[in-house]
Amino acid sequence: MSHAAQAQFVPPEPDRTGSGKLLLTGGVSQVEGAAGGGLVPWAVIGGYNTGGQWSANVHATHVETQAFGLDTFGVAVGVNDRLELTLSRQIFDTKGAGATLGLGQDFKFKQNIVGAKVRVMGDAVLDADTWMPQVSVGVQYKQNEQGDVVRAVGARRDSGTDFYVSATKLLLGQGLLLNGTLRMTRANQFGLLGFGGPNSNAYKPQAELSAAYLLSRSVAVGAEYRHKPSNLAFAREQAARDIFIAWAPTKNLSLTGAYVDLGDIATVRNQHGWYLSGQAGF
Amino acid sequence: MKKLFARTLRAVIGAATCLCLSSPAFADEALYQQFGGEEGMQRIADDLIANSFANPRTAPYFAKASVKRLRVQLASHFCEQVGGPCRYTGSSMKNVHAPLHIDRAAFNALVENLQDAMDKNQVPFTAQNQLLAKLAPMYRDIESPRDAPSVVPLREPLPSPYDDEPTGAAASDSQPGAVPAAKP
Repeated sequence: MSHAAQAQFVPPEPDRTGSGKLLLTGGVSQVEGAAGGGLVPWAVIGGYNTGGQWSANVHATHVETQAFGLDTFGVAVGVNDRLELTLSRQIFDTKGAGATLGLGQDFKFKQNIVGAKVRVMGDAVLDADTWMPQVSVGVQYKQNEQGDVVRAVGARRDSGTDFYVSATKLLLGQGLLLNGTLRMTRANQFGLLGFGGPNSNAYKPQAELSAAYLLSRSVAVGAEYRHKPSNLAFAREQAARDIFIAWAPTKNLSLTGAYVDLGDIATVRNQHGWYLSGQAGF
Repeated sequence: MKKLFARTLRAVIGAATCLCLSSPAFADEALYQQFGGEEGMQRIADDLIANSFANPRTAPYFAKASVKRLRVQLASHFCEQVGGPCRYTGSSMKNVHAPLHIDRAAFNALVENLQDAMDKNQVPFTAQNQLLAKLAPMYRDIESPRDAPSVVPLREPLPSPYDDEPTGAAASDSQPGAVPAAKP
């Protein structure tokens, strides 16, 4: 092009809802509603927004172990690939264990979670010539609606805030995504059994790790590990793990299935089972 | 006898050296072959260009592009990046793209056009990602804000007037290195 022609080019106006990210690079919805894997929040900003764009999506998740069920659903908004805001609700069904624990058959713990995440540096996908990850910081404010019950089992509070920092890197040449998250929390079972307890009321750092391998542009398989505190004396708590497969046939829909191992929950030993989540948006 | 032996030895060494120097050591011949070698890479470049004109997210940026030049330069650039026996000789990524003010959405749209072109030409997913891993960091030179200067200060010579198709008399009249006449 001659330089005269170069000076005249006017780029098109940005398409504000144009879904600029590559497929799957906005992650899926983790159990508290943030963008990431199934259990762990990642440094990626949810939705397909890139600079100059915004995105929104909704998700619904069901987890079923031998003794319990968990439903979560929520909405996420992402702006400029820089800021993520999420709102989620969790409903934890104790089924028969509820009766055993004296709460009543099918007693449900319900929790609302407001989340925010900011990308502070790096690009998880395109910085393929450096080890530098994408880094984000986030918060999750959680409000448990069964305040009386969680206090009765020993929790100190019925609401609490988790703080986390995540570093995420896609090794593009190898098709391998790695994430490390450090979370400061005193939540019991994600907050479903309150916050703090006889064992500890202090914020403690918890390590959360994810690895995912891209089988194609639209399918990834992975595994996650999430360490959790054990603040309640009446019921010990362990790390959560999963292995998952995520499929995004288009930028408007993703489905994630997983096998989850949640350890002991509310005195019921060795809970594991399946996880299914759907996310729709742009 | 000695002379014959020495001459033969010299000839053999000469032939061996010639063979070594004449077959270029590819950085990664196996990877280049996964793209179909020279013909395959040209097909991928051509499909990328076609996709980029067809995709409304990238079409505006290609409106004034020289398809002839793009075909050659994209193919040679990709070939070089996967370790093939090529050398990209076009302008820098910064110079080529600065006037276009490409944002992340447009950059990623081009990546998707390239992924589609590679899919169409049956390049294995793992090989695709190795090319993308080489190209991805170029976003730093390819993207520029809308309010950035459209013309990068010249640090390299102006494109040769002979870049475009020669227009008969004008090309044969001029001598190499002469100041080109103003284009009509």
